Amino acid sequence: MKSINQIIAVTALNIRNLPQRIGGSLVAVVGVAAVVLVFAAVLSMAKGFERTMVNAGSTDTAIVMRSGSTAELNSGLSNEQVLIVTNSEGIMRDGDEPVASAELYVVVDIRKKGTNDDANVPLRGVQAGAFDVRKNISLAEGRMFETGKNEFIVGRAAQSEFAGLDVGSEIRFGQINWQVVGVFEADGSVSESELWTDVRVLQDVYRRGNSFQSVRVKLENEAALKGLQESLAADPRIDADVMTERDYYSGQAQGLSQFIKMVGYPLTILMAIGAVFGALNSMYASVTVRGKEIATLRALGFGPMPVLFSTIIESTLLALTGGIIGGGLAFVVFNGFRVSTLNGASFSQVVFDFAVTPDLLWQGLIAALIIGLVGGFFPAIRAARLPVAQALREL
Amino acid sequence: MKYLGLIWRNAWRKKIRTSLTILSVLVAFLLFALLSAIGYAFKSGADVAAAERLVVINRISLINPLPISYQSRIASTPGVESVTHASWFGGYYQEPRNQFAQFPTVAGDYFAMYPELNIPEEQLEAFAKNRTGAVVGHELATQFGWKVGDRIPIQATIWTKADGGRTWEFDLEGIFRNEDPRGSTAFMLFNYDYFEEARAFGKGTVGWYILRVEPGANPVEIANAIDEQFANSPSETDTSTEAAFAASFAKQFGNIALIVTMILGAVFFTLLLVSGNTMSQSVRERISELAVLKTLGFSDRSVLGIVLSESILIMFIGGILGLGIGWLLVQGMAQQMGAFLPGVYLSPLSMLVALSIMIGAGVLAGVFPAVKAMRLSIVDALARG
Repeated sequence: MKSINQIIAVTALNIRNLPQRIGGSLVAVVGVAAVVLVFAAVLSMAKGFERTMVNAGSTDTAIVMRSGSTAELNSGLSNEQVLIVTNSEGIMRDGDEPVASAELYVVVDIRKKGTNDDANVPLRGVQAGAFDVRKNISLAEGRMFETGKNEFIVGRAAQSEFAGLDVGSEIRFGQINWQVVGVFEADGSVSESELWTDVRVLQDVYRRGNSFQSVRVKLENEAALKGLQESLAADPRIDADVMTERDYYSGQAQGLSQFIKMVGYPLTILMAIGAVFGALNSMYASVTVRGKEIATLRALGFGPMPVLFSTIIESTLLALTGGIIGGGLAFVVFNGFRVSTLNGASFSQVVFDFAVTPDLLWQGLIAALIIGLVGGFFPAIRAARLPVAQALREL
Repeated sequence: MKYLGLIWRNAWRKKIRTSLTILSVLVAFLLFALLSAIGYAFKSGADVAAAERLVVINRISLINPLPISYQSRIASTPGVESVTHASWFGGYYQEPRNQFAQFPTVAGDYFAMYPELNIPEEQLEAFAKNRTGAVVGHELATQFGWKVGDRIPIQATIWTKADGGRTWEFDLEGIFRNEDPRGSTAFMLFNYDYFEEARAFGKGTVGWYILRVEPGANPVEIANAIDEQFANSPSETDTSTEAAFAASFAKQFGNIALIVTMILGAVFFTLLLVSGNTMSQSVRERISELAVLKTLGFSDRSVLGIVLSESILIMFIGGILGLGIGWLLVQGMAQQMGAFLPGVYLSPLSMLVALSIMIGAGVLAGVFPAVKAMRLSIVDALARG
């Protein structure tokens, strides 16, 4: 009990006279803040991207593409094959019609807002069932495109990132003028990065005959996926990959998000090592400055343990302060920060918001705590071992 | 220079502190090296693109093909010296994660278009002769352990064969290198004739054309002439210099470069703070010593120089070490993941930037304590000591 009281007393003393050593302490705080800021900022990119991609996929919608195609852009299905898929067992029906949408996916060049650079924006041709096979998707502004006309609706995210996509405006791809007639929202998911039009119009304009690239079907339940996979595998007329939409989009997200993590985590570890050096430096300095004080305390009868702990606590508190500042800054500056980038997997732009999530902040704080503990430990040992007589003589 | 011994000993007065400072500087420059190498990869080779080469793509987007019939029309445009073409194959080796670039093209024309790609003459001939032949870059060959004579199966993600198969088999006839260390060789070339004959659809088209302009010709005029030629046709073209094409592709990645810059900024801010603080600490502790130096007849200037040099020295030791380790790691990275992230490269420019940052940061960190040391009044300082 006595030693706990001593620890509290010495720590309180320590913290009270922190302002006298503010220079060195600030360095430690800023160093840790930078680590947590960079960590949260970089990883929030991966989080945001994953959220956008995974949000898009539901587990009871299956997507069917030509086998081996890895992405919609690479795939191709004939009309006959689409009919085989939509008439399979286990697909939800609305009256007599299967809930399905056979789609074409192409890329058009549109200028990024505020730049002179064209970006690969996905233009998707859809059937009437497109809204039913996806979840949380709705028309937010304007009207739906009419079939057979050169008009499209635009995702909210695409509209905010790319130029000339306001409702009512006209935009030219190749030789065709298109009319923007509406805006749809899809819970911030990847669909919002796309433009949607009637699949028949797109087949015409891109001379794709009566072919498609993918077909989405609403399953009666999640278990129906296996049945669909088996029945299509057994059918000689079609050679297709069948997966849930969620699995498809997680696969599409993997490349970029793994890349960000592959850069982000080693980066953080390296920076954290740098911050440990910084913290060690300032804690050693703090112990040196407090040498007389510590010696006096020891002479008054305080044990080495309170001195040791008070130094570690001081460094941990400084590091946590830094962590909170860094995490807070990351949240204020980066959370919701909207970017668009080229996703290699689909060769088209994905618009997403950075997401500084609570678990990122938590991991950042843990990193700060570790930096503080390591940075305080060795100086603390020196403080505890300080030869009392010699230190007092220096007075 | 004559004070070097003094500076050196001063720097190591507090071994732990100086070592820790050097280590944090080292970490910072190691980060700098890694990030600038990765940032370089995102420029998609914009630096190595030649100005005398133009790229012709479909106006709608790169993924839309162009008719093969355009080749002769482009070739006959005034000012065009030679033309070749390539297409995107988009296959992988064994598993989807082993994805790299493969281009069906015309063997002789392609290597004539890219003189920086070196391949032994006999290998090029063998490649041109063998319909199912292919050549790969040195980076790829190292990564997958391929040797000339190997039979390499590539899984197509787009191009199914007319017989319904998805596996394209190639005979490796040669391995090429890129003279320019910045250029990637993580790709495979194979014969367009084989591609055209065996694919199930898309016949009669190519992905893009690459052309070389005659010396002295104006690339912009030629680009316009080509685009005008095909205006109002079903496949309009968009012609740009290879450099502009690479740069615009790189920009598709968006703000990633900006984010990398911001991270670097944060790192250096931290670095400056840590080392700056250490420097001013060590000068503060040494005030009486500096006063003694001045008493002994050292000029104000010399004292300023000594303190400043010490800070630059510390920055250089850490910086060079960090850059060196970073350089080694980047070499390793280029070897290990060349196929997935081609173009990882620590450019001489980045190293130069790093060196100037070392000097700049050293000066910034040392200048306040140094000036303080210079202005030191001997009497006050000795009295305080």
